Amino acid sequence: MALLDVRDLKTYFKTDDGIVKAVDGVTFSIEKGRTLGIVGESGSGKSVTCLTIMGLNAKRNTITTGEALFKEQDLLGMGMRRLRQIRGNDIAMIFQDPMTSLNPVHKIGNQLTEAVLLHQDVTKKQARARALELLKAVGIPRAERRVDDYPHQFSGGMRQRVMIAMALINDPDLLIADEPTTALDVTIQAQIIELIDQLKDDFNSAVILITHDLGVVADVANEILVMYAGRVVERGPKRSIFYDPQHPYTWGLLGSIPRLDRPKGGRLASIKGMPPSLINLPKGCKFRPRCPHAFDRCVEEPDLRNRVEERRQLDRCWLSIDEKRDLRKATIKGQEAVA
Amino acid sequence: MIRYLIRRLLWALVLFFAVTVVTYVIFFLIPADPAQRACGQLQTQQCLEQAHHFLGLDRPVYVQYGKFFGRLLPFDFNGLAHGHSPIKMPSLGISFANRQQVNSIVGGAAPVTASLVFGGAVTWLLISIPIGILSALRPRSLLDRGAMMFVLIGISAHPVWIGLIFLYLFAFKVHIFPLGEYCNMINPPVGTSCGGPVQWFYHLILPWITFAILFAALYVRMIRANVIETLNEDYVRTARAKGAPESKVMRSHVLRNAMLPVVTMLGMDIALGLGGAIFTENVYDLPGLGRVLRLSLDNFDLPTTQGIVVFGTVAIIAFNLIVDLLYAAIDPRIRLS
Repeated sequence: MALLDVRDLKTYFKTDDGIVKAVDGVTFSIEKGRTLGIVGESGSGKSVTCLTIMGLNAKRNTITTGEALFKEQDLLGMGMRRLRQIRGNDIAMIFQDPMTSLNPVHKIGNQLTEAVLLHQDVTKKQARARALELLKAVGIPRAERRVDDYPHQFSGGMRQRVMIAMALINDPDLLIADEPTTALDVTIQAQIIELIDQLKDDFNSAVILITHDLGVVADVANEILVMYAGRVVERGPKRSIFYDPQHPYTWGLLGSIPRLDRPKGGRLASIKGMPPSLINLPKGCKFRPRCPHAFDRCVEEPDLRNRVEERRQLDRCWLSIDEKRDLRKATIKGQEAVA
Repeated sequence: MIRYLIRRLLWALVLFFAVTVVTYVIFFLIPADPAQRACGQLQTQQCLEQAHHFLGLDRPVYVQYGKFFGRLLPFDFNGLAHGHSPIKMPSLGISFANRQQVNSIVGGAAPVTASLVFGGAVTWLLISIPIGILSALRPRSLLDRGAMMFVLIGISAHPVWIGLIFLYLFAFKVHIFPLGEYCNMINPPVGTSCGGPVQWFYHLILPWITFAILFAALYVRMIRANVIETLNEDYVRTARAKGAPESKVMRSHVLRNAMLPVVTMLGMDIALGLGGAIFTENVYDLPGLGRVLRLSLDNFDLPTTQGIVVFGTVAIIAFNLIVDLLYAAIDPRIRLS
């Protein structure tokens, strides 16, 4: 039994302009101790998927359907009281912007101990000791002194370390990291990802790593989920996604990564156009309007299915395996091939 | 910290100069002569000249201002020359209208105004904090719309009109509140009809509400906006993700941050009110600074007017400083330097 099993999750927001289908039928699961990377551009529904699992979307004007079974209990159907016991205790979350995710008027030590005291029956002193332990574990120098500092006295990278400490303080089974490195310097990004990966093993947690940067998940993910317009367009083991991607959108993402092993002077490939409006989704394949390889059949809604035999790799594209093999190289290489 | 305080006090002095000089200048620009009031029916040249001399109005403006300022200083250099103590009580001068010490006029009126303003501040906070928070939690609900109606009325209705309506309804038609008048909380003067904390409170209920309505309306709007804004902050989401119950999220994460700007506003508004809640005091016949100010203007009584201006200025400067110090204490991001 998977640790978290998400089935046909849908999150719709009612707005004045119509219904925004932010998440439109997402299915995935994650096992204990594994890392799942969710990749996609802004507005593809990565964050909303995770916020929905955590029950952190605003209740008003939000329609949520589907199931999110955590240890066989449905997170979406359970009462607030039970969900609060799980939040921060069994499932913890790290957010994108460490500059705004910590409360500016409380000492970071108090923000850490708050998380402990909410879920464990310990004294304040014990909670503080635990906070110190975690600050050291995430590599905050002189933790004994910094524990009584306020968030504004920390740099962005240090704040994200504090957020990670706060998330791991109750030994969660699942850690959701929502673009944990997007707001940070490139040099810090690798450190934070490494830290999450290392602590995952130390604390024996599963990790869902949300990012728009395939490079971020390349090192640490076991499995990758590619999302587009609120749907999963491709899912599979990391190796398959990088070396044998099936969906043209994934090709586009791979082509947009700057790489050292590419000849100099060539431009990065870009995906033309914009993601579709989530209120008026195109018919059939949602990527069709931007897809350079779209053909007649793409107006039919494709299903997520396994086209590569003997592999746990699913995708949503009508192209045959042979066609894909020919087209893929050109798409990923982008400008090079044209030249 | 000490440097900060010194700098603030020097600035306060500059501000004080500016405000009092402007009051002096305006007073002498008004084509009115306090001596005419002093002479009453006897408007002879001789009387006017005597009155001018007696009130010191025959001296140049800067000399008059210099004397005013000299009286305010707590040092007496003349006294030093005569072997007395050089420390004296700062004096605001003597009223043109009734020859009373302005110190005692202001000293008598200030507690009335302070009662009105502080009680009023408590009243408007008691009204605006719960309403502001509740309407922020349920935007566009019936309660929120009702609250916004109240805000609109509160901002539009003039305190004089509210005061008169209240007096007519609750004091004249239905006798549940007194028709104006002020009662001292402690030491009521001999011969007055009422006194003591209970009567003080009872007589101030209508004035407090009247004075508070405008501010309550403004504060409801401000608190609502602040709470809504803070509810959308990332750190509130973090608190929820930690598993904190909504009540705790509200108390320790939302309100703590949403109330920061309210503290600033409160300090400013109380200071402003201490300079004289003119409308409310006049409607309810409360002998506070606002009513004394109006009477002193009618009488071209410069020392009294100036005395109240000085008091108001000092109150504003003092409260500004208090607010800044308080703000630094409650918001760790602010360090005074």
